[in-house]
Amino acid sequence: MSSPQIPATSEPLHLHVPEPSARPGQATDFSYLKLSPAGAVDKPPVDVSASQTAPLTGQLIRVLDDNGDAVGPWAADIDDAVLLRAMHAMLKTRAYDARMLIAQRQKKTSFYIQCLGEEAIAVGQTLALRDDDMQFPTYRQQGILVTKEVSLVDMICQVLSNAADPLKGRQLPIMYSYKDYGFFSISGNLTTQYIQAVGWAMASAIKGDTRIATAWVGDGATAEGDFHAALTFAHVYRAPVVLNVVNNQWAISTFQAIAGGENTTFAARGVGYGIPSLRVDGNDLLAVYAASRWAAERARSNLGPTLIEWVTYRAGPHSTSDDPSKYRPADDAQHFPLGDPIDRLKQHLIKRGLWSEQQHDEVRTELDAEVLRALKEAETHGLLGSDNRPGAALMFEDVYKDMPEHLRRQRQQLGV
Amino acid sequence: MSGIEQNNTGGTPMTMIQALRSAMDVMLERDDNVVVFGQDVGYFGGVFRCTDGLQTKYGKQRVFDAPISENGIAGAAIGMAAYGLRPVAEIQFADYIYPAYDQIVSEAARMRYRSGGSFTSSLVFRTPCGGGIYGGQTHSQSPEAIFAHATGLRTVMPSNPYDAKGLLIASIENDDPVIFLEPKRLYNGPFDGHHDRPVTAWSKYPNNRVPEGYYNVPLDKAAIAREGKALTIITYGTTVWVAKAAAEDAGIDAEVIDLRSLWPLDLDAIVNSVKKTGRCIVLHEATRTCGFGAELVALVQEHCFYHLQAPVERVTGWDTPYPHAQEWDYFPGPSRVIDAMQRVLED
Ligand SMILES: Cc1ncc(C[n+]2csc(CCOP(=O)(O)OP(=O)(O)O)c2C)c(N)n1
Repeated sequence: MSSPQIPATSEPLHLHVPEPSARPGQATDFSYLKLSPAGAVDKPPVDVSASQTAPLTGQLIRVLDDNGDAVGPWAADIDDAVLLRAMHAMLKTRAYDARMLIAQRQKKTSFYIQCLGEEAIAVGQTLALRDDDMQFPTYRQQGILVTKEVSLVDMICQVLSNAADPLKGRQLPIMYSYKDYGFFSISGNLTTQYIQAVGWAMASAIKGDTRIATAWVGDGATAEGDFHAALTFAHVYRAPVVLNVVNNQWAISTFQAIAGGENTTFAARGVGYGIPSLRVDGNDLLAVYAASRWAAERARSNLGPTLIEWVTYRAGPHSTSDDPSKYRPADDAQHFPLGDPIDRLKQHLIKRGLWSEQQHDEVRTELDAEVLRALKEAETHGLLGSDNRPGAALMFEDVYKDMPEHLRRQRQQLGV
Repeated sequence: MSGIEQNNTGGTPMTMIQALRSAMDVMLERDDNVVVFGQDVGYFGGVFRCTDGLQTKYGKQRVFDAPISENGIAGAAIGMAAYGLRPVAEIQFADYIYPAYDQIVSEAARMRYRSGGSFTSSLVFRTPCGGGIYGGQTHSQSPEAIFAHATGLRTVMPSNPYDAKGLLIASIENDDPVIFLEPKRLYNGPFDGHHDRPVTAWSKYPNNRVPEGYYNVPLDKAAIAREGKALTIITYGTTVWVAKAAAEDAGIDAEVIDLRSLWPLDLDAIVNSVKKTGRCIVLHEATRTCGFGAELVALVQEHCFYHLQAPVERVTGWDTPYPHAQEWDYFPGPSRVIDAMQRVLED
């Protein structure tokens, strides 16, 4: 017999399956983003406790206002040179993506992933770090490499899987690895690198080093178990790591609500783990730089990890294998209330007298030419599927440090 | 000759637990980059005492407790190895290694390959495996086949204290990721499958001496645990002792190969023995279908076909989850090995 307080009958249960507010042909209602005006959110001291950051995780740290002015407590001093470098790197990243997209359409390679609309995040954070820190990126942080001025020819050779590919043709395009540039080897398996970044940071602490790590994950991939492990370990050991969540609203075709973003924020998760957490306008280079510097300072001062949710929008298709017009409004990116990171920085730089429309166009043209030159040079080392590709014998190397007997036999069997 | 039989003089009597602890002690002392961590590994010294006293000796920066998160332990270890440390991470039971499987197989095993050699995963995952202890479904498993199948890993399993220490030191020093499986039934003494007889402690066993200091037992080298001419038994871990007991019980002159390194393995040792005997049995606790034994049978067939006088037999755990009450019906004990030997010799 159930208790008399519990009604004998009730409405049938039903499963809640979140949906985005708009599908193709409709208009997204972006009010779910809960934006704050530029300058409205506090800047706590770096030794803040996690719980003190709780209110911040429901707000949005923004520096650039609609007029392109830098306002509020996060409008820290940034050298003009840093801002100009950021603009240059963002433009170059965009030019690189555009050119690689064409190269994929021309079948010079099998696959590509752009970061259109998300350039400010990787670029801004990289400028706030030291060269010898280690970043654990996903496939959408090519801006790190561009900011660090890694050779475009080298990167393109990886994309083309040609004879000069630094990864010897073994990896899918864009799964770069640049140890000397503090860019960890990208894996196809989502979120695995998130906990690895924490381990790297723990190692740095164990050795009494001063280097820190940054971890990167998308909104969708926060649902993986490794995200939970990473936050737990980062908190338990006060690991010197910046835990980035790039919330671009989409994971392939799934809206961020399916990853658990409905009526909450990804930043809010950090607080539950005891990690000071921020929610930041990812299309505002000045906010990205300021928040990244704050988090890096916390890490480098033995204050432990910081989680940062970057609110942005995946303006392009997920990858060259994806067609977003099948699951979201075609003009969604144009209506995204945080705009475009390059346009917004441009407006600010012009206001500061550091930049002009003419310079912008000139630099863009130069960068397009530079990327094209790099592509042409990379192509001299071959294209995917050409004879000018990494030798088959390379397939058997680096599985182990020294090639074991069975791989030697298999290599001989292949006759290479 | 297996290490233990070569080294029955000198050294100190040790259990397998003490030998493993000694290996970590030696390596923590020799190499500042070695760190040891896992669940209950630090202050408490491990649920099997394998890390007893190490935290007191080396401090919490080198030996520490971890949250109950196998994917976390594995992922953190991989990050540490990418930095340049040599983590020795413990997974409390091999039965609980599956949450770490993605990290081990997708990440550690492929790190060197996918990064063109720039990032490496020089680390060891130690984990107690195997049955014979009434451990039921989740304290008895032998998951070696799933690791042997993953390219880029080394899978190692000792059968005695001397090898346990030497192989663990070699594994820690090795630059590839190593899955180090420790048969927990052998932690305190050898076990030959005669569960109805009193257990022998390693201290009662004549060949239990282990050098105090540094030495290693090379990876990829098998040991002949028993020399013989009639047939070859290829095995590893607890069933090395089962195979030897079966040979003695039945008075059959079996040669018992203790693989020690499962993969990459010592093919020469297998081929030389089977060519000599012409008959072969593979023996393991793990379930049969797609077990590691299948690979061993295939290798013997490929390399010794014209020397074989009988089909190669497999004596293994049944294709069931590891049961509790039916432990001794499941465990491949001496009588099942004897039956197989008799069948192989009849042909
Ligand atoms: C473990 C795993 N599951 C699934 C996939 C397939 N996959 C690749 S990218 C992706 C979406 C990731 O979305 P998100 O984390 O939001 O990052 P974004 O692509 O938006 O940058 C999926 C499901 C994968 N690579 N790894």
